[in-house]
Amino acid sequence: MAQYKMHLLVCGGTGCRASQSEQIVENLKSEIKNLGLENDAQVVTTGCFGFCEKGPIVKIIPDNTFYTQVKPEDCAEIVTEHVLKGRKVNRLLYEDPETLKHIEDSKHMGFYQKQLRIALRNCGFIDPENIDEYIARDGYAAIGKIITEMTPEAAIDIMKKSGLRGRGGGGFPTGLKWEIASKNKADQKYVVCNADEGDPGAFMDRSILEGDPHSVIEAMAICGYCIGATKGIVYIRAEYPLAIKRLKVAARQARAYGLLGEKILGTDFDFDIELRYGAGAFVCGEETALIHSMEGHRGEPTVKPPFPAEKGYLGKPTNVNNVETFANVPAIFLKGAEWFASIGTEKSKGTKVFALAGKINNVGLIEVPMGITLREVIFEIGGGIKDGKKFKAVQTGGPSGGCLTEKHLDTPIDFDNLIAAGSMMGSGGMIVMDEDDCMVSVAKFYLEFTVEESCGKCAPCRIGNKRLHEILEKICGGKGVEEDIEYLKNLSRVIKDTSLCGLGQTSPNPVLSTIEHFYDEYLAHVKERICPAGSCKALKLYTIISDKCTGCTACVRACPVDAITGEKRQPHVIDADKCIRCGACYDKCKFTAIHVQ
Amino acid sequence: MNKIKSLEDLRKMKQSLEHGMNIREKSNEPDSLVQIRVAMATCGIASGARTVMNALVEKIEQEKIPAVVTQGGCMGYCYAEPTIEVKVPGKDPVVFGNVDAVRAIEIIEKYIVNGELLDGIIPTNYQSINEKQ
Repeated sequence: MAQYKMHLLVCGGTGCRASQSEQIVENLKSEIKNLGLENDAQVVTTGCFGFCEKGPIVKIIPDNTFYTQVKPEDCAEIVTEHVLKGRKVNRLLYEDPETLKHIEDSKHMGFYQKQLRIALRNCGFIDPENIDEYIARDGYAAIGKIITEMTPEAAIDIMKKSGLRGRGGGGFPTGLKWEIASKNKADQKYVVCNADEGDPGAFMDRSILEGDPHSVIEAMAICGYCIGATKGIVYIRAEYPLAIKRLKVAARQARAYGLLGEKILGTDFDFDIELRYGAGAFVCGEETALIHSMEGHRGEPTVKPPFPAEKGYLGKPTNVNNVETFANVPAIFLKGAEWFASIGTEKSKGTKVFALAGKINNVGLIEVPMGITLREVIFEIGGGIKDGKKFKAVQTGGPSGGCLTEKHLDTPIDFDNLIAAGSMMGSGGMIVMDEDDCMVSVAKFYLEFTVEESCGKCAPCRIGNKRLHEILEKICGGKGVEEDIEYLKNLSRVIKDTSLCGLGQTSPNPVLSTIEHFYDEYLAHVKERICPAGSCKALKLYTIISDKCTGCTACVRACPVDAITGEKRQPHVIDADKCIRCGACYDKCKFTAIHVQ
Repeated sequence: MNKIKSLEDLRKMKQSLEHGMNIREKSNEPDSLVQIRVAMATCGIASGARTVMNALVEKIEQEKIPAVVTQGGCMGYCYAEPTIEVKVPGKDPVVFGNVDAVRAIEIIEKYIVNGELLDGIIPTNYQSINEKQ
């Protein structure tokens, strides 16, 4: 085997592939071949590096040079300069947004310095389509050790001691969940991996499956051994074609090595997995709805109990865990429960993967120890707010979560602290908002999503959320009254108390938390009829500054509803009743004579 | 692909495979390793830097020495090429000139492993822009 002196890791995640990373791999390979360096340098397609904002990423090992926004035509330069002559291509290095200096390697990037990667340990490090690279990093060593040397009870005990809690949103202790499923007797049990990631702006699970599918497969087998199941099912949304492809490749390779199938590693343990595709309904992330969808029924939740651990898929005991939860499991067995429990806070152990999105400099995927503060995540890892604007709020927990504000910036992030602050961990979406974002519109956005995704089975969720959305639309449309705020609060509480499943029980959270933290903003909408962030179209008031207006009539011609009148070469006026606030006059005016309030 | 029949086989397989991944594992913790930088500019390559680099990489791999070999650009010592810069954690970097495959092995055995100083050290008479504040 050739001893490569250099590895060129190219991100093959969905984001970077969308910007031609496959072409980059091809070009790098052919340039290396042209220069006769094929025994010196190896090109590897890996999973996501997390630095999606600046993709495609090419990372050069061993010096950790981190090239960002690489284009296929840059490959010749990278190979002739860096691979052949050892000179870094400066223009492609990451530029620190604050100091504007090029950063030589990833170890010196603020984005990576505060991160601790457990679930993402192999993402951006190994080739997800090559099981050998996974095995070289102790892959399948955990399942091997467990099935040859441990009883299921002992393994469950390690899970309990590690303190791992479900990463899908609820935060239920994983070890306990496995124990319950293991104690229920049945002729067949099932392990289900919930890969139905549906929060807007969240892509943690997708990236794990794309970057390190074997870790999830291995963990499902471990879970199977612990609870006494021989069958595993991954419920994955059909919108994740690359993740599906890599899972299939991984399962095929694992089967070829005998790491899935009958008599794994010469023991009596059998386990195999299959895939089920979801049609992308948000409610199917709820475990009972997910199970119904797998059975071929409508994706609607049912009342718990019975919990899936008693009566799940096809009426058999079923253990459902989320992708990220599973991805942590092999690491816990390799490094020990004590090691895992030493990371994080008292009640939330380990790390959490977050998808950073919104008005933040470094949009991407990060993994941080529990207990880190929002300030560190947003300003140190995230690189601060885009365009030097002011931080306003961060939305966590997706449509079930809430907004956190400046006063929460120094709160350590963990399951319980986020709930105490009126939001929740959720699956890990983090959407950052700046001063230009209207919080009423943000709440409206999430309600729009919930209304769309409500399965319609129970009335509070089906009708209540629709009413909430209508009121929010009314407020954003400039027709709200003060009583609406109280009404929103009451209705929200009713929906929370009476909905059937987690979707409805949490859907009013964005409304309640924005009312709590941004009451003044709601009040401004309904009393003064202004949108302080200047984002609600209907509340904008367009007027013409008569001193600046030359009467050129450009705006008159631009106005689609003939709301502007006036004599030629005389100042014009806008009829506020006719005006639809489209902004066409503002864009047309050459004399900045249109004032927007 | 042959099936892996036991945990023992899996462990053996891991050992034979980790070799190829070593360079990536090492790059994860660059500061705790000896860093050897081979000057690979045109003058360096012309005087045989690539042979030196190959010798270094092989030796390190064979003896499992905690070091990582990277390429650098021209350091300006064109008269003494091939040159290599060795940075042992906690020590100042040292530049060796006129290195060939034999001397490369000698540097690893004597300087890196035993901490002895050798002939052929080029006194560093520069500051890089990164150090200047």
